[in-house]
Amino acid sequence: MGEVSITASCVIRQHRIYRNGELLWEASQDLNLQDFLRAAYDRFSGQYPKFHKMDHLCKLGWLAAEVLLKEPLDYPPAEVGLILANKSASLDTDLRYYDTVKEFPSPALFVYTLPNIVMGEISIRHGFKGENAFFTSDHFDTELVMSYVQQLFDENAVGAALCGWVEVMNEQYEVILHLVEKEKQGLPMNAENLQINKL
Amino acid sequence: MKSVYVVADNILSPLGRTTEENFSNVSRGQSGIQLQDNKALYTQPFYAAMLQPGQLEGYWNEDSPDNYTKFEQLLILSVQTALDRTEIDITDGRTAFIVSTTKGNIELLEQHPSDAPLQEMELFHTAKKIAAYFDYKEDPIVVSNACISGLLAILTARRLILSGRYDHAVVTGADVVTQFVLSGFQSFQAVSSEPCRPFDAARKGVTLGEGAGTVILTCKEAYIPANAILVGAGAVSNDANHISGPSRTGAELSQAMVSAMKNSMVSSTDIGFVSAHGTATLYNDEMESKALQLAGLLDTPVNSLKSYYGHTLGAAGLIEAIIGMHALQQNVVIPTLGFETLGVSEPVKVSSEMMQKEMKHFLKTVSGFGGCNAAMVFSK
Repeated sequence: MGEVSITASCVIRQHRIYRNGELLWEASQDLNLQDFLRAAYDRFSGQYPKFHKMDHLCKLGWLAAEVLLKEPLDYPPAEVGLILANKSASLDTDLRYYDTVKEFPSPALFVYTLPNIVMGEISIRHGFKGENAFFTSDHFDTELVMSYVQQLFDENAVGAALCGWVEVMNEQYEVILHLVEKEKQGLPMNAENLQINKL
Repeated sequence: MKSVYVVADNILSPLGRTTEENFSNVSRGQSGIQLQDNKALYTQPFYAAMLQPGQLEGYWNEDSPDNYTKFEQLLILSVQTALDRTEIDITDGRTAFIVSTTKGNIELLEQHPSDAPLQEMELFHTAKKIAAYFDYKEDPIVVSNACISGLLAILTARRLILSGRYDHAVVTGADVVTQFVLSGFQSFQAVSSEPCRPFDAARKGVTLGEGAGTVILTCKEAYIPANAILVGAGAVSNDANHISGPSRTGAELSQAMVSAMKNSMVSSTDIGFVSAHGTATLYNDEMESKALQLAGLLDTPVNSLKSYYGHTLGAAGLIEAIIGMHALQQNVVIPTLGFETLGVSEPVKVSSEMMQKEMKHFLKTVSGFGGCNAAMVFSK
């Protein structure tokens, strides 16, 4: 059974976007999150109008996948899995949706009141049709994600997976997204390499 | 390879406090769905399967429920009832504690609209509180993956046991009918004006429900009771099509069904019945019919339990899998209440009356927002 390795990573925190540890782009710290996301979209895509309908959680995850997958993945759609986690689930959007309930409940916001929608948006963009799982924990539980992803590889449920942490609550956010593959050059999939504290 | 078995289970719902009570009510054709007149939830009367006022409180013994929300009480009472039926010590360091939900304590937002206690609404925080009630010291695992959460939580437990990380798992899930969720489904025009009628030509949409389900799993021989249900393989897929509408072809749900059967080493002809998602929206049931056709399951009886329980969201996969397990053990296929005339494009064999049938396996499927689908095989 081949080793599972981290073959690419994207981190978005403090208005900075990194790929494989390298700072790709940085926005002014004065921007609020909404404006930062818009600026990042203009820098890394600009060609996906559906982006503007997404909530912040989806925008963050979608952007990280965009940065991570510069080249399309060479796997059948059903073999690419998404395993994500965060702390606040969709609470950031839940509060926004509930604000509309008294007047006119917004279906456009209601669809984003589930944390796994970010995996749906990434799947639509990249055509991924494989395994999905969304966990919540108060910190990035790398042991859990690692055990689960390893098991998916061991039972041949995936050929490749995107896994990581996509958190947002009000203006606070953090994204750590990895591409993991088997029998490819990369970093060993372990807690330290998944966590990426040093950036 | 290791095998994973169900040691104990519980359903806590409008149809009762124990699985036996629930199964007996379902077998008699009793639905938990009633016309609700609750102005805090909606200005007009609406159909939903909701716990009676005082029902939960009546289930508590010496402990006071005052420190727990309705959501938390559902989980605690359901887990307690299941744990009472096994010798497994969940504090042994070898047990996963997995909680499945979509909206958790979202009811707090309605009770405190101007200053909602945000931390109490974090799913993990709530799961920790539930785990702590049972002296469980490690971090629980929370699965929140829309309407596939309950089944995915069982699958997660199986996978983590097979990986060697745990020997046992408590898998529990719940959701509550709230103004938040009801208004959301209404904003989609997806709520039925009568009790939901899965797969029927006259179906008008979803009926919501609330409740909890719990299964306790193990791979350790010593804890496996006679005639235990074997937790077979499962698979998850994504439609990659639309975040709130199902696949046009059903190919992705079919993909999950086929993987689940293949990895459980059974064929479609071995499946005694399919416990479908069957939400009774036009598009969901139509998509499922196509998936059943693609997976070679058109000759297999299919039921939906949504007309007994309503759509219990994060609990649905658990509650419906548990009813399925007991139906499998008793060699019966439960009818789909409210179903009269087939209203999907493929000739699905929707079960409409109680049927006796010798069988060894059933397939449980679920689908949800975000384009997700899951399927699992359970065997005896």
